[in-house]
Amino acid sequence: MMLMILDHVNYIYSEKTAYEIQALKDINLKIEDGEFIGLIGHTGSGKSTLIQHLNGLLRATSGSIYFQGQDIYDEGYNRKELRGKVGLVFQYPEHQLFETTVFADVCFGPKNQGLSEKDAQMRAYTALHEVGLPEEYWYHSPFELSGGQKRRAAIAGVLAMKPEVLVLDEPTAGLDPKGRDEILDQVAALHQSTGMAVILVSHSMEDVAKYVGRLLVMSQGSILLDGTPREVFRHYQELEAIGLAAPQVTYLMHELAQKGLAVDPDATTLGEAKDSILQAFGKRQRRNRQENYD
Amino acid sequence: MIRDITIGQYYPADSVIHRLDPRVKLMAVACYLVSLFLFRNVAGLVAVTLGLAGIIRISKVPFRYMVKGLKAILVILVLSTLFQLFLTPGETLVQIWKLKVSYEGARNAGFMIIRLTYLILGSSLLTLTTTPNQLTDGMEKALRPLGKLHVPVHEVTMMMSIALRFIPILIEETDKIMKAQLARGADFESGNLVKKAKSMLPLLIPLFVSAFRRANDLAMAMEARCYRGGVGRTKMKPLSYHRRDGVAYLVIGAYFLGVLLLRKVS
Ligand SMILES: Nc1ncnc2c1ncn2[C@@H]1O[C@H](COP(=O)(O)OP(=O)(O)OP(=O)(O)O)[C@@H](O)[C@H]1O
Ligand SMILES: [Mg+2]
Repeated sequence: MMLMILDHVNYIYSEKTAYEIQALKDINLKIEDGEFIGLIGHTGSGKSTLIQHLNGLLRATSGSIYFQGQDIYDEGYNRKELRGKVGLVFQYPEHQLFETTVFADVCFGPKNQGLSEKDAQMRAYTALHEVGLPEEYWYHSPFELSGGQKRRAAIAGVLAMKPEVLVLDEPTAGLDPKGRDEILDQVAALHQSTGMAVILVSHSMEDVAKYVGRLLVMSQGSILLDGTPREVFRHYQELEAIGLAAPQVTYLMHELAQKGLAVDPDATTLGEAKDSILQAFGKRQRRNRQENYD
Repeated sequence: MIRDITIGQYYPADSVIHRLDPRVKLMAVACYLVSLFLFRNVAGLVAVTLGLAGIIRISKVPFRYMVKGLKAILVILVLSTLFQLFLTPGETLVQIWKLKVSYEGARNAGFMIIRLTYLILGSSLLTLTTTPNQLTDGMEKALRPLGKLHVPVHEVTMMMSIALRFIPILIEETDKIMKAQLARGADFESGNLVKKAKSMLPLLIPLFVSAFRRANDLAMAMEARCYRGGVGRTKMKPLSYHRRDGVAYLVIGAYFLGVLLLRKVS
């Protein structure tokens, strides 16, 4: 089912002042239930602005947004409820922690949704398990955790609201490779097990290529490319023109293909590339062997 | 919402006022503020209004933008007006239940609103047309004589410039945290006073944490660049007067004299 539709959405910051900036230009977008979408774009391309529209925090200067068939700008539409359904994890979400313990902080969202103390605690319990924060930290002050642990706690704070879409704004910024992979693996596992739609804003082509099923590329407030990672990375020259790049393996595979090796140039992840190269070499070896026999 | 606060913000535009030496502008604001409390009749009011309107016009800062800054003092404005209205003794103008509004009270309240509004408008014009850097340079130069009295002028102005610089940063931070908590279903608007105050905690605690973190970072960065206060420090862009500054001083003098003379008119 169609989850969300953005129809000719424009957004202008500080309208009618010297600081006026058009951050979104005519965005048209359809999001299906259960999709795993990657959103990439250079700094200042409007990614954060776009996702703040999805839960109604920013109101489009013009255009409409429909969530599950309802116009979110309608008079009687409950936008507070929408914020529970579209869970938005901001860039550096650890800056939002405030409670005395991690556990209490995670309870904040569900309590705001009107759940009882007990239900909120149940939600927090599940959410903290889902993000893989070890139980020993649950009753520490959130300010005593490491960067990666804080990040998990903050993500749990949004997950505890049981959103139908999870939107993550660069959830791995400033984390080490291990922490990054762990968090993304957990998000992917959540997507698998709950079937909730996930939108992942990222700067890392490797990350999005590995996890997402659909990739949106933003440039200067517009959506430039929209397709599977394979389709999008085929346009790697266009990506370079706007200051982005395809995953490293894309370049490798294109070069190998140019050198005459029969590899699949559209391979986007390390795993795919490996298979494709091995296959190509396997073929060549078999051919060599055959020639020797003849 | 919160970003509407314009106190202490700079508004880039290309105008004579923007180009004036900051010392001139400081002088002008000082004279203007004094003049606000000097006038006591309608003629003086007209002169001050004309002066303010003229400067705003020349500065090319949109008036709408300036008025936004007034919202911040609305509460003070309303409160002080009410006190003036009801607590000034004198000839009774109207009586509502037990509260008397005197003729003097009404007049004082009227002037009070005008004075406070003009005060905010005029002084915000200073920060709107002067970059924080220029402003502190101007302050430092203008206050230099105090250095002889062992007042740490450089340090004081440095603190002031940091404070000014931090206003927009903290506003931005507030906006960010507010949004993050709204995304978690926080509600900053409804409820009674106690509930409202409580609902501010999720905003204030992260804000304080971040302010301290930023202050720490800044101190570290300044030390790492060997900052060591005012002694022997030189400027990259030393202030120097131009002809327009001289003209401006003359205009300021004329304005001030004018307001003084109008006091005599009755
Ligand atoms: N609160 C704001 N007020 C004014 N302009 C803003 C504001 N937030 C963002 N902008 C501007 O809008 C544009 C888009 O910003 P946005 O934060 O959406 O970019 P982004 O793609 O998320 O970048 P990044 O990758 O750095 O996070 C930028 O030009 C930015 O300067
Ligand atoms: Mg961003």
